[in-house]
Amino acid sequence: MPDLRTNAIRRSARFWRDAITGYGMAAPWFLGFLVFTAGPIVLSFFYSFTAYQITTPPRWIGLANYRILFFDDPKFRISLYNTAYYAGLVVPLTVINGLFLATLMNQNIPGRALFRTIYYLPSVISGVANAMLWLWVLNPRYGLINTMLSWFGIKGPPWLSSAEWAKPSLVVMSLWGVGGTMIIYLAGLQGIPQHLHEAAEIDGANAWQRYWRITVPMLSPTIFFNIITSIIGSFQVFTQAYVWVESGVGMGAGPRDSLLFYVLYLFRRAFGELQMGYASAMAWILFVIILVLTLIQFRVARYWVHYESAPEGGI
Amino acid sequence: MQARRAQPFWWQSRTLRSYLTRGTVFTVLLLGSVLFLFPLIWMLSTSLKTNEQVYRVPTVWIPNPIAWENYPRALSRMPFLLFLRNSCITSFIPVIGAVLSSSMVAYSFARVQWPGRNFWFIVLIATMMLPGQVTMIPVYVLYSKLKWINTFLPLTVPWFFGGAFYVFLLRQFFLGIPQELSDAAFIDGCSHPGIWWRIIIPLAKPALATVAVFTFLFTWNDFLGPLLYLREERLYTLQVGLQYFRLQNQVNWQELMAASLVVLMPTLVIFFLGQRYFVQGITLTGLKG
Repeated sequence: MPDLRTNAIRRSARFWRDAITGYGMAAPWFLGFLVFTAGPIVLSFFYSFTAYQITTPPRWIGLANYRILFFDDPKFRISLYNTAYYAGLVVPLTVINGLFLATLMNQNIPGRALFRTIYYLPSVISGVANAMLWLWVLNPRYGLINTMLSWFGIKGPPWLSSAEWAKPSLVVMSLWGVGGTMIIYLAGLQGIPQHLHEAAEIDGANAWQRYWRITVPMLSPTIFFNIITSIIGSFQVFTQAYVWVESGVGMGAGPRDSLLFYVLYLFRRAFGELQMGYASAMAWILFVIILVLTLIQFRVARYWVHYESAPEGGI
Repeated sequence: MQARRAQPFWWQSRTLRSYLTRGTVFTVLLLGSVLFLFPLIWMLSTSLKTNEQVYRVPTVWIPNPIAWENYPRALSRMPFLLFLRNSCITSFIPVIGAVLSSSMVAYSFARVQWPGRNFWFIVLIATMMLPGQVTMIPVYVLYSKLKWINTFLPLTVPWFFGGAFYVFLLRQFFLGIPQELSDAAFIDGCSHPGIWWRIIIPLAKPALATVAVFTFLFTWNDFLGPLLYLREERLYTLQVGLQYFRLQNQVNWQELMAASLVVLMPTLVIFFLGQRYFVQGITLTGLKG
């Protein structure tokens, strides 16, 4: 059977050629994965059990970094508290307000495209310029927010210059970027088939019922996605706090360390004091926190996230 | 057929209710958009005020006279052109790197059959969940051993290794390009790299534009990277330069806002020109659930 054999050879030749081309074309990623991800994960785990200052080789100290972090480092506790405080406010506020705005914007109203642009725009503004803008907007005496509050006879809070208001300041600034979440919801809303709404309407469901019984369940995977990304993002808040602390408020890490967020503290330990081992331990604790929070969300998701044609038993 | 209901009273009429709802929604959105736009208007307005106008109560909204000189004055307080050049280097090179490498890797994941492909794709997705702080320190150590600190290399070279998010996004797009096109090219004797370069890239321009826009915005606004690796003034990007501007000068809001607005400008321009590419990024990565 010469024919079949040549076919088999041809097929096998193609198999090998594809395998080589495939790995070859994916090679940059493999290399990058090894050098910038896999290698560093292993190394940073190792560093977390050492005292390491780059100039001298790492010295094994066992669990000492973790012990100090958990029992002897009040700043670590403050930074964790600050971060949790911020995340606790910003995650629900972003997820809910984003949904609220997207719902409004999904109505048939004049100027929809313009509204979408206006609300979405602030979310692409980031970096130092954004932090500088908000330093001025939040200025207690001449800033925009307190000026506007004064129109209604409200005396605005001192924002960044008080320990009580420093974190809410950052929350307000983050909410300005809620358009990013909104636009993801909008994409989700547009994916909900119209016939579901029509069918429910025929069955006599009013707009409110349709919203809670159709829109929200159909949108639940998007809501879930936004919760996860917003948790991950809020635990890593850095640039705004760094810029404010270094150049604006000028008091260490905000009044009474109120802006000492986790990654800011990690950054100071690593690159201010060159305690790479200690900072690596902090990075791993952060990783575990984020992982646990994400897993909890996935667990809870079973009870409320609805997947069209999902396989039995979940996600 | 809709079931026939009893004749409603005029205040229950659907048209009226619909107008009321839409009117309310419109008003809420209008008020909200004023709030969302105010900070930017405020920034522009402050950047054109004289020092006296900045602190005047009640607030001056439209500066008179307009202090255009704030802009040249602010920019002359720092080596602006140098920082601009550095920002361009650390933004445009990554854009080229990300588009080329991510699209090639994505092609391999989307269109070439190789053993272990699905496994590695899951690994690739998993790397997106990893917080950057975990790898930050060893990567910094690596660059310092390589003597790459105070060069642009740490901010450009890694972009040539296919970023996970972009590979994911492009793979989704490539999967949507009809297979027949590559089959035809195969029969004509075209190889995989040839198909990637001659067929897929030209067809995937909108998705590649999305990758370019995301990469540019990320690198242009990146602060942590330049802060870590560019420790000498001659290497500062505009982001670091703006921070430095602030530290060097007494509080001078009008000039700080002018400088910040200049730094923001590319972001604003790209936003208005490329808004559809952002939205496409969302639809492509399947975030719509």
